[in-house]
Amino acid sequence: MAEKMATRDAYGDILAQLGEENEKIVVLDADLSKSTKTVVFAKKFPHRFFNMGIAEGDMLGTAAGLAAAGKIPFASTFAVFATGRAFDQIRNSIAYPRLNVKIAATHAGLTVGEDGGSHQAVEDIAIMRAIPGMVVIVPADGVSTKALVTAAVNYQGPVYIRLGRPAVPLLYKEDEEFVIGKAKELRDGKDFTIVAAGIMVAKALEAAEILAAEGIRTRVLDMHTIKPLDEEALERAARETGGIVTVEEHSVIGGLGSAVAEFVAETHPVPVIRVGIQDVFGESGKPDELLEKYGLTVEKIVEAVKRLKNNTAAGL
Amino acid sequence: MVDQERLEFLRQKAQLVRKHIVQMVTEANSGHPGGSLSAADLLTALYFQVMRINPEKPDWPERDRFILSKGHASPVLYAVLAERGYFPVEELSTFRKINSRLQGHPDMKKLPGVEMSTGSLGQGLSVANGMALAGKLDNLDYRVYVLLGDGEIEEGQVWEAAMTSAHYKLDNLIAVVDYNGLQIDGPVSEVMNPGPLQEKWRAFGWHVFTIDGHDFKEILATLEAAREIKGKPVMIIANTIKGKGVSFMENKVEWHGTVPSKEQFEQAISDLS
Repeated sequence: MAEKMATRDAYGDILAQLGEENEKIVVLDADLSKSTKTVVFAKKFPHRFFNMGIAEGDMLGTAAGLAAAGKIPFASTFAVFATGRAFDQIRNSIAYPRLNVKIAATHAGLTVGEDGGSHQAVEDIAIMRAIPGMVVIVPADGVSTKALVTAAVNYQGPVYIRLGRPAVPLLYKEDEEFVIGKAKELRDGKDFTIVAAGIMVAKALEAAEILAAEGIRTRVLDMHTIKPLDEEALERAARETGGIVTVEEHSVIGGLGSAVAEFVAETHPVPVIRVGIQDVFGESGKPDELLEKYGLTVEKIVEAVKRLKNNTAAGL
Repeated sequence: MVDQERLEFLRQKAQLVRKHIVQMVTEANSGHPGGSLSAADLLTALYFQVMRINPEKPDWPERDRFILSKGHASPVLYAVLAERGYFPVEELSTFRKINSRLQGHPDMKKLPGVEMSTGSLGQGLSVANGMALAGKLDNLDYRVYVLLGDGEIEEGQVWEAAMTSAHYKLDNLIAVVDYNGLQIDGPVSEVMNPGPLQEKWRAFGWHVFTIDGHDFKEILATLEAAREIKGKPVMIIANTIKGKGVSFMENKVEWHGTVPSKEQFEQAISDLS
């Protein structure tokens, strides 16, 4: 069993480390610093940490002001509050003036678990993707989280980073390099491509293994940046493998699946099947139980690829 | 204290700013004259007497900042910035037109001197707090000024931000409410009464002044006094007249976002001359 780490924990660690190297980094939280893990930075750099209380709109607005004065603010809360409660502040005070604010939202998706549907963001990627100029990053593991948070610091402009609550397997070696907008090909294959993001990348790899045993060779892409999409890698996948399954812990509406389908439909049309949350809210339960109930499993990915194979064979 | 000559200069400058406002809105056939005219004296005082700014260096790190949180009053900001030399006065005629730097609501990416893009109400005070926090972190002694509308403070975010300013003891922040008493649908007291203002801001931990927002002597003396307040943010409640200076617009709710006809335009210019 691979070593595990929650992406939020990786975020907390790297943020505190980056804070040492870059004095411009300031961090804001809305009374959730122990959960979002910004508490690590807060303990190390108390004068550069601002607890804004339970006031997400004010937090994002304040972050905009700090950025306008030259700081690199990271604002953290749960994804559901960051993109819901503070949407207008993100749109009008951050993205519209293109201010250098990094929104690192944790507890995204169903794997929030027991807190239930009110706290499980299933539409945050869709909301952030629709904002002009917003970069949207969904890291798959602890290593990529650290690398991509670092890349976000070096990128000038607003970035949304989607992080999760549960510990997930480490997929990359410590020194793996990541570039915003450049997907990682984790496995080559000529038959089909599985494009996954976030915690579903590990499951996509497992599915590819099972499929390989049955003679179906799938390519697996970790699309850690949903926007801008790695169009080059996707175009190649469409051209070389002829069919794509997308996998995400997010609604099938507006997220990775939509982004991929939109792109290939306009460039190199191939069949696309989207594995994700089917336009419903989540509920309370253990993370694994929820992933099972809402169809975010290795089996469902395998099934989707086989469906793609049958459809293709039938000329559909 | 400024002398009579300077006061007269400021009064005349404010009248010129008002003429620009009426002209811009008329030429654009769109825009918000009422709440721009009510704030003309306040902005003239800030930009021509109080703020430490250099129009040649709009990005100077030590400059004072001004945020027009009530972004729909963009004509008054544009008129003052143009008169102060941030861009040519002639450009005012492009207001709200295609390809203009003078957007319907202020856009910091387009126009020098605009410190923050605003328009969606209730957000400017949070942004001002961020700038004030950054100033403290960087040990820079600049001040951040923010102008709020009286209708605008019905937005909940303003009160979240009000807590933040006091919690972080932002004594480098001075907020002003343009208390003209009217919003689009009627008197603020009838639409959603934000009062009692003094008591509310005081209860939120602010030092509060109440002034006549059209009396330059009082505006300047208060802005000076505000700089001496330590350990807490300052709120200046400026009692103003919506449409101030134009006879038929004064205290008339319908002039929030209405454009004058040709005859009304001439009447307005004559009122301001």
